Amino acid sequence: MQTTLDQTKARALRGTIRIESAVKVYGNPQNGVVAVDHCSLECPPGEISMVVGPSGCGKTTLLNAIAGFHSLTSGAIYLDDEMLCGPGKPKADPGSDRIVVFQNGALFPWKTNIENVIFGPVMQGKLAVKEAKDKARTMMAEAGLSGIENDYPGQISSGVRRRVEIVRALMNDPKVLLLDEPYRALDSLTKSVMHESLLETCYRNRITVFFITHDLEEAIFLGDQVVIMTSRPCRTKKLLKIDLPHPRDYSIVTSRRFRELMDETMDAVHEEAMKAFELGEREG
Amino acid sequence: MFALAQLPTMLGTRATARAIIAITLAAVFWEIGSRFGDWTGARLPFIGVVPPPSRVLLVWYNLIGDYGYWQSWYLSFLRVLGGFGAAMVLGIPFGMALALNRTFYQTAFPTFEVLRPIPPLAWVPAAILFWPTQELSIAFITFLGAFYTIVINVVGGARSIDARYIQSANAMGASRWTVFRRVVLPSTLPSIIVGASVGMGVTWEVVVAAEMISGGGSSMGSGTGGGTGGGLGFFIWNSYTGGSYEQIIVGMISIGIAGYISSSAIRALGDRIAPWLKPR
Amino acid sequence: MASDAEMGAMDRHRAQGPSAAPDASTSFGGYRMQIETALYHFKNWLRSPRPYLMVLGFILLIGFWWLSVEVWKLPRFAGMPGPTAVVREWLSREPMFGLSFYTPDYYVHILTSLQRVFIAFVLSTVIGIPLGLVIGWSRTAREYIFPVLEMLRPIPALAWVPLAILMFKSSEGPVIFLTFLPAFFATTLNSMLGVHSIDESYFRAADCLGASRWQVFRHIVVPGALPFVFTGLEISIGLAWFSLVAGEMIAGEYGLGYVIYTSYTMVSYPTIVIGMITLGVVGYVSSSIIRSVGVFLMGWRTRELGLGGQ
Repeated sequence: MQTTLDQTKARALRGTIRIESAVKVYGNPQNGVVAVDHCSLECPPGEISMVVGPSGCGKTTLLNAIAGFHSLTSGAIYLDDEMLCGPGKPKADPGSDRIVVFQNGALFPWKTNIENVIFGPVMQGKLAVKEAKDKARTMMAEAGLSGIENDYPGQISSGVRRRVEIVRALMNDPKVLLLDEPYRALDSLTKSVMHESLLETCYRNRITVFFITHDLEEAIFLGDQVVIMTSRPCRTKKLLKIDLPHPRDYSIVTSRRFRELMDETMDAVHEEAMKAFELGEREG
Repeated sequence: MFALAQLPTMLGTRATARAIIAITLAAVFWEIGSRFGDWTGARLPFIGVVPPPSRVLLVWYNLIGDYGYWQSWYLSFLRVLGGFGAAMVLGIPFGMALALNRTFYQTAFPTFEVLRPIPPLAWVPAAILFWPTQELSIAFITFLGAFYTIVINVVGGARSIDARYIQSANAMGASRWTVFRRVVLPSTLPSIIVGASVGMGVTWEVVVAAEMISGGGSSMGSGTGGGTGGGLGFFIWNSYTGGSYEQIIVGMISIGIAGYISSSAIRALGDRIAPWLKPR
Repeated sequence: MASDAEMGAMDRHRAQGPSAAPDASTSFGGYRMQIETALYHFKNWLRSPRPYLMVLGFILLIGFWWLSVEVWKLPRFAGMPGPTAVVREWLSREPMFGLSFYTPDYYVHILTSLQRVFIAFVLSTVIGIPLGLVIGWSRTAREYIFPVLEMLRPIPALAWVPLAILMFKSSEGPVIFLTFLPAFFATTLNSMLGVHSIDESYFRAADCLGASRWQVFRHIVVPGALPFVFTGLEISIGLAWFSLVAGEMIAGEYGLGYVIYTSYTMVSYPTIVIGMITLGVVGYVSSSIIRSVGVFLMGWRTRELGLGGQ
């Protein structure tokens, strides 16, 4: 029991993401579209950082740079002491220490849920299929996902699909979870269930979470800190520490402190939303 | 910084550069392959009998002023247009009727599906027997090839219209005809265009084959040669029987170009009549 | 400990949802349920007007054929083979024109055509699928290979007839080549499109999860492209029959296309129709086989479509 606690503590110290004046220009550097403009940000280890901004403001560009899907034009991103990308290395290598959960979900529809969950460790040769399946069953049971192991993702509801996808990520023992509006397509009832389940997962694993959303309530409910981004080009406009006590459940939404935090952020977000609306950004 | 600024444009042309390299390489290999026998006396299999591209180009150049060559283009185009036009004119209403009337669909569609697996060219002898002239039998087979494709696409398109479009049109008080004219027809247009471009491809296949069979089998019809023969397929077959192998290749490339022009025309037409489908 | 908890959770889930038992579809009970649903659908179908209208459609077609050719003997129709003549010939032990169910030659022709299509189809599949997947997946390969394919593709397969005869000295070679060519293009192109149809996020997810390049190909590209690959194969087998007929008419010595064409020159008209119908049936059966193989291999897809989550 003692050892696991120590492990948890040790884990909590890792997984700091530091973004230093990141710039991303699409097209020609001189006259291309500036998506991210000297954006700096630090996500403390083991905490949930919520990145809020209007649709199409360049949040996803930032996430793609951390994950290693896209290059940065200039600036640097560090994970703990390791430089993911920066001068001399414009694009990070994708790796299983930072796993993305996508907006529309990316469980492979041609693999059963358990085959999806064991994909990471088996592909990397870290676990044999049988061991991986044992571990996957345990983890899925912990997340309340027993009984659907041999179903295909197409056979379960989209809320459950997201949870399976998070388990698939956690199987790799990542330092950071990168979530790109994962609950956007869900109805609000499912969403609240998903939020509580995500918090529970985070309490259990003490993992750094970089979570993109445009839903302010979601951001305050889940976050340890909320970063409000400006509309394109993307820059940090306001950083807000959320001092709501953990563990949280949904009753907190009606608390006074929650409303205060909402009020504090609302103006900043609304202003950016209006700017984005006037620019006529398409839903991204 | 200079190199970085150039990068996007270089990326844009890299594909073009590679395409040119690949096609040039293919032509060079072809040239070497076909001339290998002349140089070493050991003729390569397959490619050895094919005339080299340089000789093909020379023959082609000499044909540019040839009346008969352009006459072949004209005749083939005429047949394609005739068969394709007939298939559109009959196929679109037939497909629409199938899609919109359930009783008609349930009566006629199974029969249509039973006839469809018979390849159009299998109809050649029956067509010759039935139609009084060779030209009409070629037209019939050409028509048949495009007809199936167009009908299938029209039916598929019209049956997959989002019911909400029709409901909202009805809610706004549209008459049956207006719903057809303003909702069903535009919604089916994309599939009609797809069907037309696939059908165009089939039409060229069939026309070439029909022309070749009419040239190859001397027994076909009474009008072989003379005014009713001709066309690019016949041009190829004639070059084969006449032993002018360069001309075979010229004919093949010409048909390729003609087919390409036709499908580009369909695509351009599609962009015009259904501008909302054009990719941004 | 853990396994107890797991069992408990499983039982709970089983009690909750309809998707509980993961092995229901493979058990005996699953099969029985499938048969029962099939029977239920069949009975419903019999009660609907559909089968009767379908038969009416066939009767109208054959009736028109019969009346116009054999009864009214309309101009132009009179010279054609009528349905009774065709059926009589087809079922005759001693057919007038040499081909019926009872003559071994009939089956020799079918088998010859089948063999040619089979060889051409296997060749086009074995070459076309890997080629299509690779040019769909690797940008470099695509930029070099695709332009050459696109140069050749507009040339109709049948325009290759004379060149094929020249290139292949044998009698089988040209026909198989002609059958292979359009099938190959359809398979290659659809396999390529299949790779393009795969959502970018699957590739990214695989990258995140540490899959190597080869593993991405094996686990993402191949299964992801499969629906398009099978569409391609279905088109490919149709095109194979299409050009086989032309090839056999011009250059064959046996086979159904040859039957149809020689029957015309030999004035044995009912045999033309026998050949046509046989071609239709054989062609239909072969594409149905491809379709079933596809459905079997893509179990995840039918389950998704049939039972669908949200």
